[in-house]
Amino acid sequence: MDKLIISPAPHIHSGDSVSKNMTGVIVALVPALLVGFYYFGLGSLIVTATAIISCIIFEYLIQRFMLKGENSVMDGSAALTGLLLAMNLPSNIPVWMVIIGSLVAIGIAKMSFGGLGNNPFNPALVGRVFLLISFPVAMTTWPKPVPFNPSYLDAVTAATPLEMIKGHFGEMPGLKDLFLGNMGGSLGEISALALLIGLVYLLVKKIISWHIPVSILVTVFIFSGIMHLANPEVYAAPLVHLFTGGLMLGAIFMATDYVTSPMNPRGMLIYGVGIGIITVVIRAFGAYPEGVSFAILIMNGFTPLINTYIKPKRFGEKIK
Amino acid sequence: MGGIHPKENKLSAGKKIQIAELPKQVVIPLSHYIGSPSEAVVKKGDMVKVGQLIGKANGFISANVHSSVSGKVAKIDVQLDASGYKRPAVFIDVEGDEWLETIDRSLEIKQECNLTKEEIVNKIKEAGIVGLGGATFPAHVKLSPPPGKKAELLIINAVECESYLTCDHQLMLEKGEEILVGVSILMKALDVNRAVVGIENNKKDAIAHLTGLAKSYKGIEIAPLKVRYPQGGEKQLIDAIIRRQVPSGKIPIEVGAVVQNVGTTFAVYEAVQKNKPMIERVLTVTGKNAPNPGNYLVRLGVYLSTVVDTAGGVPEGTGKIVGGGPMMGRSLMNLNVPMAKGSSGVLFIKEEESIRKPIKNCIRCTKCVSVCPMGLEPFLLMTQSERNMWPEMETNRVMDCIECGSCSYTCPSNRPLLDYIRYGKTTVGGILRNRK
Repeated sequence: MDKLIISPAPHIHSGDSVSKNMTGVIVALVPALLVGFYYFGLGSLIVTATAIISCIIFEYLIQRFMLKGENSVMDGSAALTGLLLAMNLPSNIPVWMVIIGSLVAIGIAKMSFGGLGNNPFNPALVGRVFLLISFPVAMTTWPKPVPFNPSYLDAVTAATPLEMIKGHFGEMPGLKDLFLGNMGGSLGEISALALLIGLVYLLVKKIISWHIPVSILVTVFIFSGIMHLANPEVYAAPLVHLFTGGLMLGAIFMATDYVTSPMNPRGMLIYGVGIGIITVVIRAFGAYPEGVSFAILIMNGFTPLINTYIKPKRFGEKIK
Repeated sequence: MGGIHPKENKLSAGKKIQIAELPKQVVIPLSHYIGSPSEAVVKKGDMVKVGQLIGKANGFISANVHSSVSGKVAKIDVQLDASGYKRPAVFIDVEGDEWLETIDRSLEIKQECNLTKEEIVNKIKEAGIVGLGGATFPAHVKLSPPPGKKAELLIINAVECESYLTCDHQLMLEKGEEILVGVSILMKALDVNRAVVGIENNKKDAIAHLTGLAKSYKGIEIAPLKVRYPQGGEKQLIDAIIRRQVPSGKIPIEVGAVVQNVGTTFAVYEAVQKNKPMIERVLTVTGKNAPNPGNYLVRLGVYLSTVVDTAGGVPEGTGKIVGGGPMMGRSLMNLNVPMAKGSSGVLFIKEEESIRKPIKNCIRCTKCVSVCPMGLEPFLLMTQSERNMWPEMETNRVMDCIECGSCSYTCPSNRPLLDYIRYGKTTVGGILRNRK
């Protein structure tokens, strides 16, 4: 009673925290991760564990010896970056490459800007793209999905549906297999179903809003649909685009990264449409089979511009 | 749009309003939350009765102050009040409980009112009635729309969206009939034929009670509302009820609405029908570890410590005492502050809940943007306030902020968003006044 605390209102707090949000995203990734473990077995376990552990260690070391600030390694964001990086890698990639990718993600893309909240580009995607450009063969050779696969570096490889889009429609798996994840690809991206379960979890827990994932998926569907109608011989059907490659993973987990996406619903919609268009353009006309990573990184670059010019709907604003 | 839903914690819901005992001395504040302080019309040694005028309104945004007790004026001095300032007040030593003869103290409900518009507004003005929701804006000012503006409907704010507080809820249960008479008097004063009482769905008994009573009153509707903080904000309530948004910098009459609080409406009934000025109001004493959460009818000027003692004293382990609700109330330095017209609650917060958690980097999660009821960007305003970017804050509409605190409440990084925004708003407000 002698010592009362004086502070301005509000006097209560929701109890939300950075680590709760990070943990929420990790939980939402579990279904897709389990599908990855099922089809890619041992390799996927090794790659995931390596990425998570090395991201945590790099963040700890940089924080401790270079930034010398408050240690943030326990907030879960480093583990999440590692997990997201792993989900974007083939399960037969050598461990040393995973470690290099983690160093680029944490060291260059995140900590050099001042740590969580300050990085302009998605760290996991920077790590992935660095590896893709540096080791194109290892990054585009995916193992064939075999339930409980015991092999790692020596796994039998298979082409991904996206490579088939460019001219080999005949070998394409059926839509059902694409949806469930029975296809080659990075270890976390194959099952659209599992990723959509994660999306539902994120929306229910209010960790993200619907604007970014829905605008990306709708844009890809419409844009690729128009191209498919114009020339079905050359351009794949819109559902094939939705269920293959890194689109689901990118739209639900990579593009929605808090730090690098716009700050209000209107901005998010513009950002999502931009990612959708760039993705389809790269897939249809680019040199790489997959364009989601590049599309997200390009739109990350536009985020500050979007935040400057696109404002939330103000209370009392006239709707023209 | 926006808003949050904190845990309701209405611990004192359904607790009958108890009449608080009279202390030996009361200290009646002459100042109000907003506007200029009233001018004392009594001096040391004067004998006063309950209901007698002791402070005269000073200017347009000001209100009369009446004695809440009978006795002798001890002194006129400054007193620390609930807002943390030392302000002028009248100290009165209590002797007996003698009321002015003009005041009708019977509990009989007086339905009909034959006064004209002007007479009603004048009576409300004389009685010193201010908005009892917290802002304490003089009630008669809102009843006199500026030239060229006409009210279309009256909205009664019975939302009580703050957690813990139950004073309005209990008043509706016990004084429903009187409140509805008050509503019809206000409708007459405004010359409107429609009134809507907005009540949140967490007060089902009050909704049922008033809906039953309202059948015999013409033009009064009861509107159950979804539970959402800060729906009791004037602009938010108008939007919730008639889907019209008051533009930035404008007042409710712009969209044809006038809003009065439900407690104010009861005070209007008492003033117009019973000649009773604003001398007492209901106060909620509450908190998770409060020994006896309850609602008390307290005279103005009674030290909050007296009421708290009646309610079982300050509980062990209290870290903070808040005057008002947890979202917008002010933390008190001690309980030796007088009951004022805007006092709605005394809230004890446990020590562990009083201490703010360490501030982390903004992770740009947009939660502050999505909860802001005014469509602002709290994260941006805070950064600009830290860097003294006043013109940019003005462009980003800092003056629209209603200081509801939803942003600070929701921030996962525990950033003190509203603290910085309030600082910026005060500074920008000063700049704007100088520009005029």
